[in-house]
Amino acid sequence: MWARSRQNVFAWLVVGPFAIVLAFPFYWMLMTSLKTNGDLYNVENVPFVFNEAEATPTERLPLKDQEWLPLGVENITTSSYEFIFRDTKYVDWIQNTALLGLVVVLITLALALPAGYALARLSGGWGQSAGVGIFLTYLVPPTLLFLPLSRVVAELGLQDRLWSLILVYPSFTVPFSTWLLMGFFKTIPPELEDAAMIDGASRLMALVRVVFPISLPGILTVVIFSFSLVANEFIYAVTFISTSDARTVSSGVPLELIRGDVYFWQSLMAATLIPSIPLALLYNMFLDRFIAGFTGGAFR
Amino acid sequence: MEASASPRPRGRWRDALEERRFLAPVLISPAVLYIGLLIGAPLGLAIYLSFTDATAGSLTGDWVGLRNYTEEWGSENFRRALRNTILFTLVSQAIVLVGAAILAHWLVKDFRGKWFLRFLILLPWAAPVSLGTIGWLWIFEPTLSVVNWTVVRLQTGPLDALGIDLVDPLDPPQWLGRPNLAMASIIAVHAWRILPFATVIFIAGLASIPAEVDDAAKIDGATGLKKLFYVTLPLQLPIALVALLFGIVFTATDITVVYILTNGGPFNQTQMLTMWAFQTGIRGSSLGAGAAISLYLLPILVFVSIGMLWFARRAEVT
Repeated sequence: MWARSRQNVFAWLVVGPFAIVLAFPFYWMLMTSLKTNGDLYNVENVPFVFNEAEATPTERLPLKDQEWLPLGVENITTSSYEFIFRDTKYVDWIQNTALLGLVVVLITLALALPAGYALARLSGGWGQSAGVGIFLTYLVPPTLLFLPLSRVVAELGLQDRLWSLILVYPSFTVPFSTWLLMGFFKTIPPELEDAAMIDGASRLMALVRVVFPISLPGILTVVIFSFSLVANEFIYAVTFISTSDARTVSSGVPLELIRGDVYFWQSLMAATLIPSIPLALLYNMFLDRFIAGFTGGAFR
Repeated sequence: MEASASPRPRGRWRDALEERRFLAPVLISPAVLYIGLLIGAPLGLAIYLSFTDATAGSLTGDWVGLRNYTEEWGSENFRRALRNTILFTLVSQAIVLVGAAILAHWLVKDFRGKWFLRFLILLPWAAPVSLGTIGWLWIFEPTLSVVNWTVVRLQTGPLDALGIDLVDPLDPPQWLGRPNLAMASIIAVHAWRILPFATVIFIAGLASIPAEVDDAAKIDGATGLKKLFYVTLPLQLPIALVALLFGIVFTATDITVVYILTNGGPFNQTQMLTMWAFQTGIRGSSLGAGAAISLYLLPILVFVSIGMLWFARRAEVT
């Protein structure tokens, strides 16, 4: 019992400082996004908490009378959130990212599910090599391909359209997803399909009726991580799209909300924080499965 | 299990679909074709473009041989970009490996509140990188933000009392405006970003060490540091190298952090190969030269790929 609580304390002492440093930018985003101008631009204020300040006419203070709140929370304003949703194209960018993610994930599954299954089961000796080969293409970075692809996209007349990203993004989600799915399928005993096939099902039917349903957690993991790759992508989105209507969140916020030398830090931080939190929560929920699939492939 | 074991009669097409030799290529080829079209073809196109004087607006140009490569090699900005890319990759990966080894060592254990700490640690990797970097852009802001607020309070408080004079409170450091500080900032942000990923890979590696190894070490009397050096570290080495290889690729080929923090500035002092390729190829419209710059990254990728193949083969044998 004593050894156990000692382990708890040590773990917190070592991991805790790392967690503080790694998560601090997000704390600072949250604080900044809720600060009033008077608070933020007064260099005498302690920046880590909220401070009392004269509100400008556009700033609403929803918790003004709740003085019992800690950290000066009674001084927060939600104006920057109202601003990005009302006066910028932020909602468009979120919609674009969601739509893009959805379509890319569907294309990815259509290509990677059969390939991952075949590499895990059907291909015999060369399957492992082919799997590694497909995986290695994931290491070819967008920064090497964006110049020629920008020309191809222009030739196809896809510039400034979400279609250009829909076309190109599966090039990095498919290799990654095929690898993960191959790992997941290897953990499913082949006897299950064999049994279904003895009962008269064709292999494809066994695949759809038996293998895919059991692999649902693995497939969901691939969906989450592919979506997160899409939401992360920056350089293709910057190069292929130059109209603000068609931007994604990851390119729209840095390119459209940062204009010139005047930074509106509160709304900028609100815009960076909103997509980060749900993505991080999803990521955490599926992390253990991700680890299992990733190492199940070959790097044991 | 061969398909012929099934009792039902079938047409030739359906028989063919039950045949491994036929079915496997049918299932794999769409993915391979897509990848070939969208990675192989552009890669080939990049190599072709790098030998031409193509500009934005056309896909072809006149053949100029190696001129783009040699001209870039002679250019001061390119040299600096290359040096910076190497420095940036090596230093940030060194930080990441040490941090990930420590974090993973504790995160494979069970303790109270682990889920919460793990969530905090994974935030930098899970959040979109361009958005996280904007957070840092604000953190480094010299007059209103937290880093300089803390630095100035430290200087006027404890450091002055000790007679140490590190920063001028009236002119605090311009983190992204001075070449050396800007490089250090970029390295720090990248280490911050990759550390959670390396930790995840390390955890995967540690989790795959069977419990018998622990027991055997205990029976042989290996504990503490001895166990760390003779048992845990050697077993962890392969996965550490996998994390390192990934980290090298993710870092050397990244453009987002430098794009948002400094754009290669001040005066091209923090230029990276990727950023310089973007500025030459997209902003400067010299498609051929830009392609040549980014292709200087290829040796790194080839090196890493060979490393990965080596690991894959090793895993296959054991």
